[in-house]
Amino acid sequence: MKQFEYVKAGSTQGVINALAQPGTKIIAGGTNLVDLMKRGVTAPDKLVDITHLPLKDITATSGRLHIGTLALNSIVSENSLVQKKQPLLSMALKAGASPQLRNMATVGGNMMQRTRCGYFYDTTLPCNKRQPESGCGAKEGYNRMHAIFGTSEKCIAVHPSDMCVALAALDTTVIIAGKKGERKLAFTDFHKLPGDTPELDNHLAKDEIILGIEIPDNNFADHSYYLKIRDRQSYAFALVSVAVALDISNGVIRSARLAMGGVAHKPWRLYDAEKALAGKQPSVPLFEQIARGAMQGAKAYQHNEFKINLASNAVIQALKVASGLVPA
Amino acid sequence: MDSKNHNTTPKEDEKENPRRTFLKQTSLLTAIAMAPSALVKAAENHVDDKIADVFEKMPLKMEVNGQLQSLSVEPRATLLDILREQLDLTGSKKGCDYGQCGACTVHIDGQRVLSCLTLGVMVNGKKVTTIEGLAKGDQLHPMQEAFIKHDGFQCGYCTPGQIMSAVACVREGHADSEAEIREFMSGNICRCGAYPNIVKAIQDVKEGGLTV
Ligand SMILES: Cc1cc2nc3c(=O)[nH]c(=O)nc-3n(C[C@H](O)[C@H](O)[C@H](O)COP(=O)(O)OP(=O)(O)OC[C@H]3O[C@@H](n4cnc5c(N)ncnc54)[C@H](O)[C@@H]3O)c2cc1C
Ligand code: FES
Ligand code: FES
Repeated sequence: MKQFEYVKAGSTQGVINALAQPGTKIIAGGTNLVDLMKRGVTAPDKLVDITHLPLKDITATSGRLHIGTLALNSIVSENSLVQKKQPLLSMALKAGASPQLRNMATVGGNMMQRTRCGYFYDTTLPCNKRQPESGCGAKEGYNRMHAIFGTSEKCIAVHPSDMCVALAALDTTVIIAGKKGERKLAFTDFHKLPGDTPELDNHLAKDEIILGIEIPDNNFADHSYYLKIRDRQSYAFALVSVAVALDISNGVIRSARLAMGGVAHKPWRLYDAEKALAGKQPSVPLFEQIARGAMQGAKAYQHNEFKINLASNAVIQALKVASGLVPA
Repeated sequence: MDSKNHNTTPKEDEKENPRRTFLKQTSLLTAIAMAPSALVKAAENHVDDKIADVFEKMPLKMEVNGQLQSLSVEPRATLLDILREQLDLTGSKKGCDYGQCGACTVHIDGQRVLSCLTLGVMVNGKKVTTIEGLAKGDQLHPMQEAFIKHDGFQCGYCTPGQIMSAVACVREGHADSEAEIREFMSGNICRCGAYPNIVKAIQDVKEGGLTV
């Protein structure tokens, strides 16, 4: 690992000032950054440790749940407010990484984690995300883990987070601070598709810091489910995952939220499916129709064609469990 | 932006959720705003300059297995390397060095973490427990006893990490069933496949109701 300078941030403003200097990066849990630094995928000159800032709180106020960026993934997943109000988030977090990693990983770090694409990780191979204009090794290479939606000529990587899939489904807002003050962004507008700039995963500017997230209260708690399909039963990234949140009363779906993970460069919201579910009674034929619709526009590469069927079946299964047609 | 092509928030959603567009101080932001300005100033200075001369080594004070250690470390040194190379505590193992195996598991302030992905400088002022710190003199920790009793290992390479993780698993209250134990021990890989016996050892300790 390259030598770097380490400083402990004393305030949010101090972090923003420090980030103005090129080559400076925030470090939180370090579980992604230290890994990438060891491999030479990234080599910052200076790290700003934000872990002492007062950004850990989880509070419920006026119709929303605030979660500070430094709340650990383990703490959030076990928090009673989260479990009561947003069980989908708790489920998604518990499906991610391992207990040790969740004890280190933070909300902001999880949002900012880089793709696990093997070509991104191996500095001897081409990757437009790591080294713009070097080419995409995955497109014609081993692309079993890669995207089936929203890919570009330049990049077919997926965003690896579980937490983010739940947050995208839950209409979350991201709170960001920068030179010009604070701003808010819809979670679904935080991450981006690769397009011509796969080196950028999201719309956070280089000198901005994530302060936290807000999730609006909803009526989804009784009918939420996070289904994660992976190569082993635990401690592996998703091949495909589905986050479902339904508001059901008197046997009718009043409102629905659906998002998929492991299929795109960002959590993939299924807006059309949500509309099609509203006002209907849960049934297997309905869910099969929803899944067929959700796969429209999917594009497979040499090794990931299986994902289209897998994702379709995962959508059906997650809807069946969330609506109570079958037990988890 | 076109929501179909970019999978971004559709416009009509914005209307349904006016809360997105208004900006209000949150409790956590207020907390920052209320920090005394002198403190903020000092912190900014701290972030901005003066560190150039310590590019190479920084002081690190931490308590390891009950003993205070004052060290000088490079910012890039991981806790695992510091434990093994500077403090000669070679119980914590380097299996993968990338957070994938759990062999380096230690407790920081009582919580299980991976020492291979932890920068030593970030542990300043904290308490670290390694496998060497579990026994009380000659008396093994109940989890160590249980691993021996149930043959919870073959080659033993993953064992220090397994035991540190197992102790935390019981303390966290995640050892109530075999399925729960397996899920909450999934961050510790055993190449020899001693899993069934590891689970038995943990169940034994849990059912014994001993303080771990
Ligand atoms: C073996 C392994 C398995 C894993 N499995 C899974 C899995 O199954 N599912 C899953 O979802 N994740 C998984 N992860 C990834 C893990 O969730 C992330 O590494 C973790 O969430 C990152 O959080 P962190 O706080 O450690 O981030 P760090 O490593 O500290 O930082 C990551 C990035 O975020 C930036 N950053 C951090 N905080 C902020 C902030 N407040 N504002 C702006 N930028 C910020 C940093 O500058 C850095 O670029 C796994 C990781 C490993 C090593
Ligand atoms: S050595 Fe730390 S997880 Fe493998
Ligand atoms: S006992 Fe050999 S790796 Fe676990």
